[in-house]
Amino acid sequence: METVTITMKNPPGLFLEADNVSPDTFAGKKAADIAALHAFEGREQTSLGKYFEVSGNGGATAADTRIVVKGDVSRVKYIGMKMTAGEVVIENSPDMYTGAWMQGGKLLVKGSTNAFTGIGMKGGELVIEGDTGNYLGAAYRGDWRGMQGGIIRVRGNAGSDTGYFMNGGTIIVEGNTDVHVGTHMEGGTIIIKGNVPSKVGGQMVEGTIYVFGTIDVMMPGFKFVKDEEMEVDGYKGLFSLFHGDLGERHPKRKGQVVYGKLYQKI
Amino acid sequence: MTEYLIKNGFVFDPVQGIKGDKADVAVKDGRIVTGVSSGAKVIDAAGKTVMAGAVEIHAHIAGPKVNEGRNYRPEDKLFTYTPKSRQSRMAGGFSIPTTFKTGYEYARMGYTTAMEAAMPPLYARHVHEEMRDTPIIDEGAYPVFGNNWFVMEYLKNGEIENAAAYIAWLLRASKGYAIKVVNPGGTEAWSWGLNCLTVNDPVPYFDITPAEIMTGLMQANEFLGLPHSMHVHQNSLGNPGNYTVTLDSLKLAEKIKPNNKFGRDTVLHSTHLQFHSYGGDNWGNFESKSKEVMDYVNRQKNITIDTGCVTLDETTTMTADGPFEHHLTELNHLKWANIDVELETGSGVVPYVYSPDIKVCEIQWAIGLEIALLTKDHMRTFITTDHPNAGPFIRYPRIIKWLMSAEARKERIDSFKHSAKMIDATLIAGMDREISLYELAQMTRAGPAKALGLANLYGGLAPGMDGDVVVYNFNPEKDHKPDEIEKAFSAAAFVLKRGTPVVVDGEIVSNGNKRTLWVDAKTDENPQVMRDIRDKFLRYYSINMNNYEVAGHFLTNPMAIEVDATR
Ligand SMILES: [Zn+2]
Repeated sequence: METVTITMKNPPGLFLEADNVSPDTFAGKKAADIAALHAFEGREQTSLGKYFEVSGNGGATAADTRIVVKGDVSRVKYIGMKMTAGEVVIENSPDMYTGAWMQGGKLLVKGSTNAFTGIGMKGGELVIEGDTGNYLGAAYRGDWRGMQGGIIRVRGNAGSDTGYFMNGGTIIVEGNTDVHVGTHMEGGTIIIKGNVPSKVGGQMVEGTIYVFGTIDVMMPGFKFVKDEEMEVDGYKGLFSLFHGDLGERHPKRKGQVVYGKLYQKI
Repeated sequence: MTEYLIKNGFVFDPVQGIKGDKADVAVKDGRIVTGVSSGAKVIDAAGKTVMAGAVEIHAHIAGPKVNEGRNYRPEDKLFTYTPKSRQSRMAGGFSIPTTFKTGYEYARMGYTTAMEAAMPPLYARHVHEEMRDTPIIDEGAYPVFGNNWFVMEYLKNGEIENAAAYIAWLLRASKGYAIKVVNPGGTEAWSWGLNCLTVNDPVPYFDITPAEIMTGLMQANEFLGLPHSMHVHQNSLGNPGNYTVTLDSLKLAEKIKPNNKFGRDTVLHSTHLQFHSYGGDNWGNFESKSKEVMDYVNRQKNITIDTGCVTLDETTTMTADGPFEHHLTELNHLKWANIDVELETGSGVVPYVYSPDIKVCEIQWAIGLEIALLTKDHMRTFITTDHPNAGPFIRYPRIIKWLMSAEARKERIDSFKHSAKMIDATLIAGMDREISLYELAQMTRAGPAKALGLANLYGGLAPGMDGDVVVYNFNPEKDHKPDEIEKAFSAAAFVLKRGTPVVVDGEIVSNGNKRTLWVDAKTDENPQVMRDIRDKFLRYYSINMNNYEVAGHFLTNPMAIEVDATR
């Protein structure tokens, strides 16, 4: 695997749209070609080399390419967008849309990310060591196709609207989240190890949400079913199962109505 | 003004009966002429196809429901934007493009005129504001009449002359072009939570049937002598087994005779026939009835149709057929917008994904193409996608590919997930018919222009007609792979719009000189109708009558088509 290191030397005045920072575009390119790749600062088209010092060459394919992003990237969006393979390591904290529509490979953020991290994600592994913003693993505005596959792990806290319109895959938030978890969810798994204030599983059709901590206000559309012994992300213990959102339509499979499942740790 | 000579192209012009002869086309002062001076700009069209500008007879491209689609579908814009260039503005959107993109994309494909197919009269100003912002193409809009309280009341009492006077007033007030009918009676029934699924289902309260509404509107249309015929989206759209309702509706034209000064010899235009040619009684035994419907259309010479071809894309459905959109959202569970337009109509919007992996979508794809391929008179069948309902209009080149190449259809059928089941439910696999360029010119130019009563201006290359000329990189003497057909019709080599080059090598070079078409029908003074209008505004409308009319400044280069219906 070849490693390309890009180091922020000249931070943008406006926000930089850097969706070309991806193993798929870096693959097969020399450092100079990578520096010439386009980016947008505001409405002006510019190049990555204007902001980043690039060292190392891309591998033959995306899978053979590892990207290390150093320096202050707090004004850089779309890192790892649509990546299908390879690795990206971001040493600090990027702005929005990190790993958006990611399809494969590994993306590690050592700092925190802003909103829309991993939206519409289809596959791969996305790890945030710090916190993240709103709309983690959610759908793009207006879309009904949220996260569909892959795994997202946030070691810190998340904002609101985690897993909005989620259809598949797994989101694990080791800290707390803000309101709205799994709204309009139709599949996949969300594990919140901390607390959630309210609006958990609103208009949820299918899928599974685990909450280890407290839920201040439970949605009225959830009904207690039973207590169950479960193993969830390395923890074994007793959970209360709720079915919901009862105000939403639910499909029937093998004669049984399928509900969204909300498990709360006892 | 600059003169142009488009030299040595293979010309296809149904108006003059030219079937691919090598000929020159001369344009001066915005019109086709017999010859130009030696100073004329020469466009070398050798080895290329030359046709008149194409005419879109039915698309939803301007107004409140289109804009609601844009508004509530930001995801339709994702990754579609192109930055501004020297001659064009920033443009984006896929199934519901911005107004600018609408004008640019039609022009790039060689379309120079397009009709907005459903204008809610109360929101006519919004429709005209968007048309004003749509560059290049000439446009007009059809106000909807099929669920209008005035119309239903006059027709219930058999008052054709009063209905006609009201229609003339509304065309003038809304700056509309033709009588559009959407799910006659059914949209009004929807405000009572009901629908009209046959031509004989009575409309609640008004106690009139869809058959009576359609017949009365055809009579009023011919009483006025409007340029276009009544233009109808029939009842029971999209339902298995609806082809019998379609035939019942089409048969209503048998009793009506055309009366107009525009050379139009038809009295009913049946739109997006694909959605109305379904057999079976559920989605399991859903099948094509294109043959049954087209056998009738081919025989009954006073009707025109458009296809409503399914393009197999993710799109945004939108129609004044409010109950249908509710039905659709119950089927696909995607977001739904709905509005009731006071005394006039209603509307709904729902996104839809026509997937090549879903049997029903595959069958719908086949039916749209079958309708075109079963056509005997190509001056009466027009290619549409009912944009954006069966797919975006930017897919016309792909539909042309499927119609011109049996090989292209076979490739598509072979890669369907349920091709065997699709073949059982349709005729498409057994059809080897390929549409010729002359037939294509009939279906996209001369035919729709004639049906719209605009045969003197559009759809042909005869001297005196508008200087709308298109050159395609397509040599009819050579064999083409299917994708080369699509490519050639996607981006014209040269488009002249009323004497102004608007597209060169597939790129926009000018915002053109668009016009807005509307119909000004003069009728005898009718104090009763004027009293009824004032009365309904006072009692029911949410706005004052003085704020209703679309004033002239809403229209870009207005062109009124005048009709004298005084007796
Ligand atoms: Zn339509």
